[in-house]
Amino acid sequence: MEKKKTPMPEQEPKERIKNFNEVALGYDEEDAVKEAGRCLACKKPVCVKGCPVEIDIPSFISFIKERKFDEAISKIKEKNSLPAICGRVCPQETQCEELCVSGKKGEPVAIGRLERFAADWERKKGVKPPQKVAPTGKKIAVIGSGPAGLTCAADLAKLGHSVTVFESLHKTGGVLMYGIPEFRMPKAVVEAEIDYVKHLGVEIYPDMVVGKSIGVDELRKDFDAVFIGTGAGLPMFMHIPGENLNGVYSANEFLTRVNLMNAYRFPEYDTPVRVGKRVAVVGAGNVAMDSARTALRLGAEESLIVYRRSEKEMPARKEEVEHAKEEGGKFMLLTNPVKIFGDEQGFVKKMECIQMKLGEPDESGRRKPVPVKGSEFTMDVDTVIVAIGQSPNPLVPKTMKGLEVGKHGNIIADDDGRTSVKGVFAGGDIATGAATVISAMGMGKKAATTIDRYIRKE
Amino acid sequence: MFKIIRKENLAENTKLFDIEAKLIAKKCLPGQFVILRLDEKGERIPLTIADFDRNRGVITIVVQEVGKTTFQLGEMKAGDSLLDFIGPLGNPSEIEKFGKIICVGGGVGIAPIYPIARALKEKGNRVISIIGARSKNLLFWEEKMRNVSDELSVTTDDGSYGRKAVVTAPLKEILDSEKIDRVVAIGPPVMMKFVAKTTLPYKVKTVASLNSVMVDGTGMCGACRCKIGEETRFACVDGPEFDAHMVDFDLLMSRQKMYLDEEKKALKRFKGA
Repeated sequence: MEKKKTPMPEQEPKERIKNFNEVALGYDEEDAVKEAGRCLACKKPVCVKGCPVEIDIPSFISFIKERKFDEAISKIKEKNSLPAICGRVCPQETQCEELCVSGKKGEPVAIGRLERFAADWERKKGVKPPQKVAPTGKKIAVIGSGPAGLTCAADLAKLGHSVTVFESLHKTGGVLMYGIPEFRMPKAVVEAEIDYVKHLGVEIYPDMVVGKSIGVDELRKDFDAVFIGTGAGLPMFMHIPGENLNGVYSANEFLTRVNLMNAYRFPEYDTPVRVGKRVAVVGAGNVAMDSARTALRLGAEESLIVYRRSEKEMPARKEEVEHAKEEGGKFMLLTNPVKIFGDEQGFVKKMECIQMKLGEPDESGRRKPVPVKGSEFTMDVDTVIVAIGQSPNPLVPKTMKGLEVGKHGNIIADDDGRTSVKGVFAGGDIATGAATVISAMGMGKKAATTIDRYIRKE
Repeated sequence: MFKIIRKENLAENTKLFDIEAKLIAKKCLPGQFVILRLDEKGERIPLTIADFDRNRGVITIVVQEVGKTTFQLGEMKAGDSLLDFIGPLGNPSEIEKFGKIICVGGGVGIAPIYPIARALKEKGNRVISIIGARSKNLLFWEEKMRNVSDELSVTTDDGSYGRKAVVTAPLKEILDSEKIDRVVAIGPPVMMKFVAKTTLPYKVKTVASLNSVMVDGTGMCGACRCKIGEETRFACVDGPEFDAHMVDFDLLMSRQKMYLDEEKKALKRFKGA
């Protein structure tokens, strides 16, 4: 048995930093069949336990092994309506693949790559429209068309319910559209999966800011249940002097300009983005890696990732960190910004940082970084991108009476997605705080089951 | 798609559009804004609502042509449609019975001050309005403003119409002659800055509506952040109106210049096409 995963072809770093095309090119049929052959087809598959949406992993892999790709994708879609997305951005290494038995003596089966292969294979050949189910006559409103909302909507539509999704932006997909860059998640892939959800009968209204354009209470009157999946859209800042200078972006703004508004194609597209020669990205999560890599593609000569802890504590997926390194991203670890300086026109020029060392573990279990006295130094930068996290979007909770909210602004929901208000459910980052695409999908899925049970009883 | 049902040339490079937007017209209140996008390649720009008609489901916007998007919109006509029209966003103006109020509208800011003055008047306030522009050819809505005000002063910087002055001159005279309970100002940041400076010694609560750069307009990007006292706030969700005595107008003006070069480039490309 081959100990290592079948490698996935990728664009060469030197080439790819000149374009926004997808970096990972995906398996071809031979690669996929070969990799599927590494699966031990365990009788008690532990990998499934690691999947938030409980895909029957050994079954779909064995279909790939037998070259029954059609059956493979159908098997995945029994549980997951967005497989091309999950195959690309799920942190499989801490989920299904972490538990894979093959991983004990070598590398685990590349479950994520196989999922992506099956989804891409189907998309290339034309997605089979799903079978329509007999309508139940029940109506559900879903607020937000990101991973949580789309999953919840798709699952409810599959059960025959009439689902209407309200999206505040002009494009559907939430973070998949505004946040995750084209080179990691091509928009065409997202659009194709959204089309599939629409084919299930889900109606999607963009440009609808719930809480502003329409009230949650109005939705409650018109629908049998409401699901809130409005995500963690609020950017956090460091609250240091100079943070409002021109050239200091929240990662959200920087990525939204580039991804949602296509600023990388300015002036063909109207929205501009500024990226100087020397860019500092503060933070070391996936969003920080996305920002650093985007800056390089926009022509930055240097992209510096400034992080207050050490490499071990970086929250980004290993794969994303590797990609950033390959592309020339430089890591300034144990470094924390303290002040940003501008020129007379109010544009960023320099950033002062301080060296950190790791102290005792804090409430997150990670060792707390503490400043090293007298270690301040100043570096030249002309763009600073703050990627230190996002907090839940307050728009809906603020305008809804009786909805219990936690101290970080997250909607309080139980494991099944129930909130403090009858008939109102929530899931994804709005309930958990910023997390991953797949955990949001997992909660959207659970909430769909809860909602189905709830409306059938009503 | 959101249809333009009427277009009117109000002043030089200043155009009015009535847009069919039933949901927004049903909900919006004075002081709120919309975000629009003209087409697939368009940017999202915020515009404060100039008027609304709930029965007809119409939102009125007044646009000054300054950049590519506003010039492109200026070329559109009744019957054309905007791709996206989102709102109402931001918090509405505080409309209560305050007593004596001065409403100051400068340039294209005359448009959004109008529904605020009207609502304040309807609430039973005594409304004194001051509208001003650089020159006569940039003034509009004098009659409309007169209809919702107990008194109206008109100024132009060059004296081509009304009184030759900036808006702060009549403002100061009124403040000297009677007790004013509140001032609301909408216009270019530099005007709002000097309105705030003028009212500060009189300790009159003064409100300004900030026209920051925005992308989503729902609190997601932080492009519109501004400094209010010692705090950073987002104009889109915390505003757009703030206590003018707390606003760092210099920062607002600096941040509005963030994309000056790009804006010039885009406009040149559009005009050349």
